Amino acid sequence: MTAFLIALAVTSAVTTILAVLMVIADAYINDYGEVTITVNDDKKFTVEGGSSLLSTLKEQEVFIPSACGGRGSCGLCKVKVVEGGGDVLPTEEPWLTDEEKKDSVRLSCQLKVRSDMRLQIAEELLNVKQFTATVASLRDLTYDIKEVILALDEPGSIEFKAGQFIQLEVPEYELTDEPVYRAYSIASPPSQHNRIEMEIRYVPNGICTTYVHKHLKEGDKVTINGPYGEFHLKDTDKEMICIAGGSGMAPIKAILLDMVEKGSKRKVQYFFGARAVKDLFLLDEMKALESKLSGFKFIPALSEPDAEDKWEGDTGLITEVVARHVPDASTMEAYLCGSPFMIDACVKVLKEKGMPEEDIFYDKFA
Amino acid sequence: MSEFGTYFSIFFAAVFTNNILLTNYLGMCSFLGASREIKTASGLGTAVVFVMAITSALNWLVYNYLLLPFGLEYLRFIIFIVVIAAFVQLAEMIIERVSQRLYHALGIFLPLITVNCAILGVSLFMVIRSYGFWQSFAYGAGSGVGWALAILAMAGIRQKMAKSKIPRGLEGAGIALIIAGIMALAFIGFNGMIS
Repeated sequence: MTAFLIALAVTSAVTTILAVLMVIADAYINDYGEVTITVNDDKKFTVEGGSSLLSTLKEQEVFIPSACGGRGSCGLCKVKVVEGGGDVLPTEEPWLTDEEKKDSVRLSCQLKVRSDMRLQIAEELLNVKQFTATVASLRDLTYDIKEVILALDEPGSIEFKAGQFIQLEVPEYELTDEPVYRAYSIASPPSQHNRIEMEIRYVPNGICTTYVHKHLKEGDKVTINGPYGEFHLKDTDKEMICIAGGSGMAPIKAILLDMVEKGSKRKVQYFFGARAVKDLFLLDEMKALESKLSGFKFIPALSEPDAEDKWEGDTGLITEVVARHVPDASTMEAYLCGSPFMIDACVKVLKEKGMPEEDIFYDKFA
Repeated sequence: MSEFGTYFSIFFAAVFTNNILLTNYLGMCSFLGASREIKTASGLGTAVVFVMAITSALNWLVYNYLLLPFGLEYLRFIIFIVVIAAFVQLAEMIIERVSQRLYHALGIFLPLITVNCAILGVSLFMVIRSYGFWQSFAYGAGSGVGWALAILAMAGIRQKMAKSKIPRGLEGAGIALIIAGIMALAFIGFNGMIS
């Protein structure tokens, strides 16, 4: 008995002493005091040093996109550190190109804040916020695409450009044991500041799509952050071609609704590709836009219509349909949203029709 | 033999004839994982030398002044691990604070070797061989240098081999293990050099 107690006492004593030592060391050695982070030469944050740049910025409500949550395994959280970053760490090395290293781009999850820093962050990212929202409505658009409408609670209003996307947080549930984030385009126009509309297609065993399709109910609370993305309407007068497949409808719809509200006079042809009638949705809504948007033409097309579909519209692969309707694309601008396969094929066709590559904008589902 | 001579022979025996990696095959995971480039290998090697030397001395003190008097030798596994882990954490914090350059060269490898079995192995061997304090220190340092030497040699070979054609089934860890085996055979040639 005493032998057991002695063993217990010694083990506890050793571990306790070491633990206390660590806590003291953490408090004194790891204390980098207050440092100032200057973003884009105009915003200044005074923060406690000692944590990673990514989490420090998050505390200041600057959200840098990151898919792995700071483990250094996705390489997304790149930030330009003009001053105070020190040398590139070996843990960042694999994610940075030589050009980025020259440009002092760093991986913010690996970089610890130790001294005053000067950063450059795209203005758009500074606009990124985290929102809590309530599911206001869930509607089946097709057998595998759901329309999700979120009412924003806190903050209650969002500023974004038509075509941008948000990230939806999926909490822990049977398919995931940690929260994950998935990107979805906003389908509602930017004038709706308090509501976000998304179109989410079910992917078997997809972590987020299963959550949305099988678990989410009206009235549920969700967390989102955003807006993100470079995919939005460019400020030109060029004639437009929009091409979307499936839930790629979302950002194009937002862009079109935005154009209606702003009274745009641009000519637009919108090609919407689906397999059969059962995959089509929002046809009436899009058709109705033709009367509201003077230069707008909606062209839905089916690649494999079912026998009972009685389809009288265009048929064929979306690339063939585009090629039929557009003889010369050299003076036009294109906005594409869909699967990587569809986008690559469309880019090829548009280039054949003379469209310069820099006038083709797209949002690939990854 | 003079006292200094004993330390010297323990040190060299640990480096060459009793190389912890190549004769005991301890510390294999980081040996295989971090031996693709000489740069990483030298960083990790230095970190191992440093940690092994210090922890073997620290653990000698803990063992002889704490575990032995209480008759708790059987607790040495758990206590040694805890001491090593705590020391590595502290060392990392201090290095990061004191010198950025040292932290780059060494510090980021420290968490990697907390659970390196070679480190614990050295502490346990030192008990089995009933070394004194400075002997343990020499043994720890020697084992560290031996480990570093082996991983550096390995990294050199693997870097040279990066461009050579290897049968597909042997790429990566397979060929690395074969090389490690050949290196171990070569190191056995040191046997008898120091008795």
